[in-house]
Amino acid sequence: MIVGDQKPLEEIWEMIKNQKKVLVFGCNTCVAVCHTGGNKEAEILGSMLRMKAKQEGVDIDIKDSGIERQCEHEFYEKAMETLEWPDVVLSIACGVGVQFTAEKLGNKPVLPGLNTTFMGSVDSPGLFTEKCQGCGQCILAETGGICPVSRCAKRVMNGPCGGSTKGKCEINKELDCAWQLIVDRLKALGRLDDYEKLAPIKDWSNERSGGPRKIVREDLQV
Amino acid sequence: MSVKTPSKLEMILSKGHLAVTSECGPPRGSDPEAITKKAELIKDYVDAINITDNQTSMTRMCSLAACIRLKQMGLEPVLQMVTRDRNRIALQSDILGAASFDINNILCLSGDHQSFGDCAKGQNVHDIDSMQLIQTVRRMRDDGKFLGGDDIARPPRMFVGAAANPFADPFEIRVPRLAKKVNAGAEFIQTQCIYNLDKFEEWMKGVRDRGLHEKVAILAGLTPMKSAGMAKYMKNRVPGMDVPDAIVKRLSDTPKEKQADEGIKICVESIQRLKEVPGVKGFHIMAIEWEEKVPEIVEKAGLYPRPEV
Repeated sequence: MIVGDQKPLEEIWEMIKNQKKVLVFGCNTCVAVCHTGGNKEAEILGSMLRMKAKQEGVDIDIKDSGIERQCEHEFYEKAMETLEWPDVVLSIACGVGVQFTAEKLGNKPVLPGLNTTFMGSVDSPGLFTEKCQGCGQCILAETGGICPVSRCAKRVMNGPCGGSTKGKCEINKELDCAWQLIVDRLKALGRLDDYEKLAPIKDWSNERSGGPRKIVREDLQV
Repeated sequence: MSVKTPSKLEMILSKGHLAVTSECGPPRGSDPEAITKKAELIKDYVDAINITDNQTSMTRMCSLAACIRLKQMGLEPVLQMVTRDRNRIALQSDILGAASFDINNILCLSGDHQSFGDCAKGQNVHDIDSMQLIQTVRRMRDDGKFLGGDDIARPPRMFVGAAANPFADPFEIRVPRLAKKVNAGAEFIQTQCIYNLDKFEEWMKGVRDRGLHEKVAILAGLTPMKSAGMAKYMKNRVPGMDVPDAIVKRLSDTPKEKQADEGIKICVESIQRLKEVPGVKGFHIMAIEWEEKVPEIVEKAGLYPRPEV
């Protein structure tokens, strides 16, 4: 799922303080799982901003709402009326949701309430870690199911680098060395010999470097 | 052993001499004398001089320009090149630039993470990694081809090196990792600074068991300690460094004003012991901001005078 981190209240306040009618708009899928951008969080953020407005003595009408997913047309159908009301929408979806909402609303400003951080998993309650960078050419079969593109700070394809110490990364003693994990997994799978296979120079053209990506499925188009 | 390049380092190794290399870190400024003065201090005591490439991710004068300065002094540079800061276009382009000045040695590295340096908010590139850089240089040299497949007019003639850290984890893949670098095309290795000699010897045994010492020239890396403080710092703060407690204790037990001399003594003793390790083909002495001590170390270790080739 996509993990996001709510922007500091002060930063959000600076964005909205000169507005009259603000709708805090949640997205109840990925960012609800990490408790930063769901409809419940929209409600909480709405109250915090109303308190802030009161403290600052500023007259803003702040409401909250949300939909299941801000990245698909169908979920907007019932929400369009609500979205008519504000001067600006503060979307707490990921960057995809913010942009998609902006496209739906034409010339109404849509502001981001989250910093979209990564694609990751819920390792334990309250702990989310990055697992994929969408490089467009998956190599997990070669690396024992552990991704060096997203989990190695140098995205080394033939690791580990010389900075791997006691299973941890050179940049942070809290961070697992992805290549230690890969070696451990290959060993567990009885495939340690595969470690010596040189990874070919990667084709990054399917990644960000190749420009914005799209997938067309003609069989699904109407 | 036949040579494949005009490299003096390769020639010395091929004749069976123990090679001695050292390194100079370029300045954080544009004064060419910062490099030429360091080189003057050590030039008669080493066979080749590595120029580091923005080491510890601190922005410095570029390695290539500093290598050209050495070349203009008639010296033998080893161009260090990290994959952190350049994509495959820039790497190949800089290799050709170096080759145009007949810089005949390259050391392929991934580089410290940028978070250690002065541009912690910058991007890193890592389009290819250090093993793939080795492959790239070998392809450019041996096949005369760019990565894109086109022919290179006047291909580079570089002796290709890589780093090895026998002390990083996981230890069990330290020898396989060297095998991988050799397989990628590495012809010489300069190791991480060795303080834990027992562990290094264990690694070398693994290297010999697989016959890797016959395929690649291993230069043992050494950095003399200036003080007990430095030993503690290296032990606790530098990633991938293995400094045994005995070394820290030996320096701590030495009066402060004598610690530097003791550090040199430890370094010389280490070289003496490592000379006896089969498969060690030379020494890479990294006297960090202490280049003036290189001649003393080389002399005391019985590695002076350097052979004429």
